[in-house]
Amino acid sequence: MKRLFPIFGAITTALLGFALYEALIAAPTEQTMGNVQRIFYYHVSSAWTAFILFAINFVASIVYLVKRSEKADVIALVGAEVGVVFCTVVLVTGPLWARPVWGIWWAPGDVRLTSTLVLWLIYVSYLILRRFSSSGQTPMIAAVLAVFGALDVPLVYFSIWFFRTQHPQPVIGDGGAIDPRMMHVLLLNWLAFSCFAALLCWARYRLEVLRRDVDETLALESLLEPRGSR
Amino acid sequence: MKFLFAAYAATWLIHTCYMGTLARRFTQLRNQIKEIAERKS
Repeated sequence: MKRLFPIFGAITTALLGFALYEALIAAPTEQTMGNVQRIFYYHVSSAWTAFILFAINFVASIVYLVKRSEKADVIALVGAEVGVVFCTVVLVTGPLWARPVWGIWWAPGDVRLTSTLVLWLIYVSYLILRRFSSSGQTPMIAAVLAVFGALDVPLVYFSIWFFRTQHPQPVIGDGGAIDPRMMHVLLLNWLAFSCFAALLCWARYRLEVLRRDVDETLALESLLEPRGSR
Repeated sequence: MKFLFAAYAATWLIHTCYMGTLARRFTQLRNQIKEIAERKS
């Protein structure tokens, strides 16, 4: 496994470089918005990746609640943390696209925008809970929070179908269609970001397992040491 | 164009910061493991 990590890292770096080239140079320029539309390749692929990571967090939290498996708890934590990183990218790139296109950074009251911000806040609070609570019940409380938090994911995704919103309509499926070359670049960027997310999750998982081992060793040491010996 | 580059730069800045925190946490853990090993030996 240790050998696979740098190999996967190299493949992901090459894929990210190629996806960047395709997004900035090879993809056709959109007629109305011009070059600023290229933000879409990073914005949408980051959003899809964040949704997958939050879905992983949701499934792992349910598994934890049912089986009390420590592995599921670690996977849930990793999914939430890396998901928050990608969701941050979505919340930063969105306004940077909106300013030149809509003339405003943020559309207050827009369901898609607000629900995405709420989603980010839910998972940030999940991470704060995990970071600062030392109670033995923290994983269970966090898992319950994650299950309720995941309810916001379909709201974010389907909000553009169910509510009147300023956010652009869907580009795939029944909602609309884009140039096949643009779709190719979007899917390539999504693949690259998914591989990058997998790499980050891998590293974060190893870190968390190691941290728990160290904490356990330190706890055992302090139990076995005679009083006042330190 | 400036918004396009700002968005791409911001994306990589966020990811680089996160990778930096991961690297820092790995280093801290490695140091802790070293300390534990020294205490045991």
